[in-house]
Amino acid sequence: MITFWFSIVVLAWVLFFVLEGFDFGVGLLGPLLGRDDHERGAVVRTIGPFWDGNEVWLVAAIGVTFAAFPAWYAALLSGLYLPVAGLLLLLAVRGVALEFRGKGDGPRWRRRCDAFLAVSSAAIVALWGALLAVFVRGLALGPDGSVHGSGLARSLAPILTWQSLLGAGAALFAALLLGTTFLALRTSGPVRRRARDLARWLGAGGAVALLVAGFATSSRLVLAAAAVSLAAGMLARQGREALAFALTCAGVAGSVVAVLLAHGSVVLPSTLDASWSLTRIAAAATPSALSLLTAFGVVILPGVLAYQAYSYFVFRRRVASERVPS
Amino acid sequence: MDVLDLTRLQFAVVTIYHYFFVPLSISLAAVAAGLEITWLRTRDDKWRDLTRFVGKLLIVTFAVGVVTGLVQEFQFGMGWSAFAKFYGDVFGPTLAIEGMLAFFLEATFLALWYFGWGRLPRLAHAATIVIVSLGTILSAFIILAANSFMQNPIAYEMDPATGRARLTSFTELLLNKVNLAAFPHTLSGAAMIGGALLLAIAVWRMAAEPAHRTLARLGAWVMVAGGAATALTGDHLGKVITSVQPMKMAAAEALYSSASGAPFSIFATGKPLPQFSIEVPYLLSILAKGSPTATVQGIDDLQAQYVAQFGPGSYVPMIPVAFWTFRLMIGAGMLAAAIGALYLWRTRKGREAPRRLTRWLPLIPVLPAAANTLGWIFTETARQPWIAFGLTKVADGISPGLTSAEVIASLAGFTLVYGVVAVVWFRLIRHLARQPLAPSADISDKSPELAPVY
Ligand code: HDD
Ligand code: HEM
Ligand code: HEM
Repeated sequence: MITFWFSIVVLAWVLFFVLEGFDFGVGLLGPLLGRDDHERGAVVRTIGPFWDGNEVWLVAAIGVTFAAFPAWYAALLSGLYLPVAGLLLLLAVRGVALEFRGKGDGPRWRRRCDAFLAVSSAAIVALWGALLAVFVRGLALGPDGSVHGSGLARSLAPILTWQSLLGAGAALFAALLLGTTFLALRTSGPVRRRARDLARWLGAGGAVALLVAGFATSSRLVLAAAAVSLAAGMLARQGREALAFALTCAGVAGSVVAVLLAHGSVVLPSTLDASWSLTRIAAAATPSALSLLTAFGVVILPGVLAYQAYSYFVFRRRVASERVPS
Repeated sequence: MDVLDLTRLQFAVVTIYHYFFVPLSISLAAVAAGLEITWLRTRDDKWRDLTRFVGKLLIVTFAVGVVTGLVQEFQFGMGWSAFAKFYGDVFGPTLAIEGMLAFFLEATFLALWYFGWGRLPRLAHAATIVIVSLGTILSAFIILAANSFMQNPIAYEMDPATGRARLTSFTELLLNKVNLAAFPHTLSGAAMIGGALLLAIAVWRMAAEPAHRTLARLGAWVMVAGGAATALTGDHLGKVITSVQPMKMAAAEALYSSASGAPFSIFATGKPLPQFSIEVPYLLSILAKGSPTATVQGIDDLQAQYVAQFGPGSYVPMIPVAFWTFRLMIGAGMLAAAIGALYLWRTRKGREAPRRLTRWLPLIPVLPAAANTLGWIFTETARQPWIAFGLTKVADGISPGLTSAEVIASLAGFTLVYGVVAVVWFRLIRHLARQPLAPSADISDKSPELAPVY
């Protein structure tokens, strides 16, 4: 039961990072790929109907983590208090910029919203990358499962490490690749052209960086990521956009799974003493709560997937970024 | 302030802010659904235009509800991790099921509705907004069940091995008698503020856009009906709360010693309250127990009883806060309902409302917003010192290790960002209200689309 719920938690996080990942990418690419108000509008419209549904996967992921592993939820969020607060604030700015963009008045308003959208999207992605690195590296958990320390440094220090910096870089790269392949798939006209070109350069550049990193750490996972990156860039270039996007999604999903499974049955390692690490079993809720969750999860989640798929089907047409003479 | 008080303040600020937008979303979604169904049945395009107008207000409000709701979901772990760990079994599933069951519905179908004009068949399109509305009501029910557990803990047992609470029945948790009373009361309060917003906007824009008259009367009706319902449901809620937390209602009346045939004071001053007061005889006994001669327990007796039951300590909440928030909630809400009724009377059968009334009406949403906020401040502060009544004190719920500097930093961040968002929200609502109702305003939302991608 604990393993089953752990896989549901992993699934929810994977879906969040893949789905919201592409809309973060699109958000931060807006000013880069859209040269004027009209083109930037087209960029934003590709995610308009989807981003909120994607963001609920974050609600679901954190909710399921809380429900199935309350001690994990408690240790992570209180130990990473300030980075998480920053993340929430940035998410608030981003959601509001996206949703308010089309309701205000005139191009100046929209330009401002686009700028907020791009900056907040980039910052969110970088912060997530830094936080995921903490999942791998661990937190200074004491024997009672809490992080002690003084002042602001208590919860800021864990993300001010070189691992977190690398994580931030990797996450930015992944979001950019997701965003470009998604835009290539979902638009027509100049934005599509530029997205394809960018995807090719990103794919090739990313592959080189990942190859170097892969050989340096002799990690097969990183080498596999390099291959994915190269292939996605080439496919996008050849106009096989759906495949390029799918491959990038698979790459991101694989990375998230690798991060969450990095320590086997330990969900959060302690950097102070290995015996204080938080294990799946210690973090889990009681069997009665887990079976309640199972009953709901089995019935509801397939339904959610079905109607979200339906919404992607309804809005399946490409968004035109060229100007159509009226 | 120490870290505990700062964390409490932050919780209060962030939750009250969320709760400013949530009841608006609940009621605007319901009104939009009603308007679209009317359009389907009458085929009169006036209703479609009004539906879209309310829809835009809804989208803008909903976005703020969503991003602030996200904060709520994380807050229990950030600031109250001890609480989250001990009651994770009760709260975790509740929040997870709310997310899976309600939030996905709302987010997905609201997008389908808003972007689906002209793309979905009419009936399916109307169905999407009905689903959104049901989703908002469902999420209110579930989250209120979580709050009701804190007011009246049931459906759990203590696990002696871990010292944590274990959920015994989810159905029982949902059907907590406090929830069954608080849920209709909260929905009525939501109706009041939604109706008030529509009334305010419509009255403000009526000169430029005569079609707004329909909306003004509709808003007033919703607000007045909501007002009547809050009074009825509030009366019942008061009785339920008296039975589970007698201290709360004693504090609400500043009633120190138990009394039968207890009066209700409308106004009081003095230190400690009440040295001087204006009273309605027997009303408190009626409110609390439903009978004019019933005995209402006083603060001193309850304090002695709790010391015997739970050990030494003070079990008395802040009396002036409880006293005034309770009265002002009722006063502000009932005043709004009365003004709404006056407006309906003066505009009956096509009459014009007097200028003296319409000049002030755009401010009307302030009253129900205040009533909602005061109601929550009353509910949550008069539960002190408990976080879950009779089980755990607030001081034992906070995250161990949390520092004041961190909470000050995050509180400053939330205050700043939320403040800016509130100002932008207000200006956007004003901007949207100025747009003509006719559909041409929407052209810029639509761009030509090409072949399907999948
Ligand atoms: C427009 C809003 C509004 C209006 C006019 C009223 N209320 Fe209210 N009240 C609320 C909005 C509200 C609320 C914000 O929605 C609360 C907070 C918690 C809850 O369940 O509802 C609340 C709480 C609340 C509680 C405390 C519940 C608890 O501790 O769990 C009581 C006893 C009442 N109300 C009673 C009344 C009575 C007797 C009213 C009038 C005649 C009344 N309310 C009008
Ligand atoms: C929208 C509805 C709500 C509002 C406006 C609200 C408001 C408040 C306020 C004003 C406080 C501060 C109390 C104090 O300082 O003494 C508070 C505390 C708290 N509330 Fe609520 N609350 C709401 C719903 C909930 C729900 C649904 C939960 C739980 C699921 C909850 C959990 C808490 C907790 C954990 C505290 C901190 C402990 C405390 O200080 O009492 N609240 N809330
Ligand atoms: C009486 C109290 C509350 C009610 C009635 C309520 C209801 C709602 C509703 C209807 C929404 C949909 C968005 C909107 O309408 O603006 C929403 C959003 C949200 N609420 Fe609250 N809420 C309350 C308090 C809380 C609390 C205490 C939490 C935290 C546990 C919470 C968590 C959330 C979350 C995560 C969202 C975002 C959902 C999304 O992304 O679509 N809410 N809430």
